[in-house]
Amino acid sequence: MQKKDKRFRRSDLLFAGAIFVIAIMVYLLFHFVYGKEGAYVQVAVDGKVQGQYSLSEDRNVQIDYGQAEGFNVLVIEDGKAMVTEADCPDKLCVKQKSISRSGETIVCLPHKLVITVIGGEESEYDGFTG
Amino acid sequence: MMALQDRKKTAYMGLLLAFALILSYVESLIPFFFGVPGMKLGLANLAVLLTMYLFGAKEAFTINFCRIVISSFLFGNMSMLLYSLAGGVFSFAVMFLMKKTNRFSITGVSMGGGVFHNIGQLLVAFCVVRTEGIFYYMPVLLIAGIVTGFLNGVIAIAVRRNIT
Repeated sequence: MQKKDKRFRRSDLLFAGAIFVIAIMVYLLFHFVYGKEGAYVQVAVDGKVQGQYSLSEDRNVQIDYGQAEGFNVLVIEDGKAMVTEADCPDKLCVKQKSISRSGETIVCLPHKLVITVIGGEESEYDGFTG
Repeated sequence: MMALQDRKKTAYMGLLLAFALILSYVESLIPFFFGVPGMKLGLANLAVLLTMYLFGAKEAFTINFCRIVISSFLFGNMSMLLYSLAGGVFSFAVMFLMKKTNRFSITGVSMGGGVFHNIGQLLVAFCVVRTEGIFYYMPVLLIAGIVTGFLNGVIAIAVRRNIT
């Protein structure tokens, strides 16, 4: 048994500080490495790229999943992309904020859908998803 | 015939599991969501934390595991079970190790649990969608883990003080 619960110890503070620093580093990494305004959104389902759409022209894209039921509606407007409709149970993809900067994503886990903003001509970013 | 001590412990374990389930239910009612998937208050971790400090790691693991399985069946679905289990096991392992070092207060252990719960869920999400872009959410999830973990830790200290 410990003598007395201290509310906060020095190690706690160090731990919180370390996590905080890591968070800022990851944020900066995304901000500076991928953080430029993107040119395209890439739609991938289950890790496979389904299509790329330019952010500069407004359009609606209906994303279907073959014979299995399910859909998401991707809307591109004013250089931003968002999901406005979906039939997944939690609708988290609809609630996520619109994306326009390179590296930003909207994810719909039930449909294994990932919409990622990618940069201009080069496509180093989608090397991973292949 | 069980010793009085054992019977008392069994009763307490039942209470703690019920407490954890109620917290899971309350949590499923609160729309705590700021545009980031996987963000949670982690209220149920309060019960796990208390069990860990009142009884020990084995008991806390039991409560954690039962709570995740039961609450996923009651308030969620099978995919939720997968995510919760990953987050739960990951955060439990970290809390166990942090407590073992004896260098952290309950608040510190709770923060570790909160942070690694979120990391665990993010890793499962990464396995599902296989895009590194998902780590875009990591900074917010880390900070959220610290904040919710801190709050849970403060509550756990107060509760523990009043029941022992």
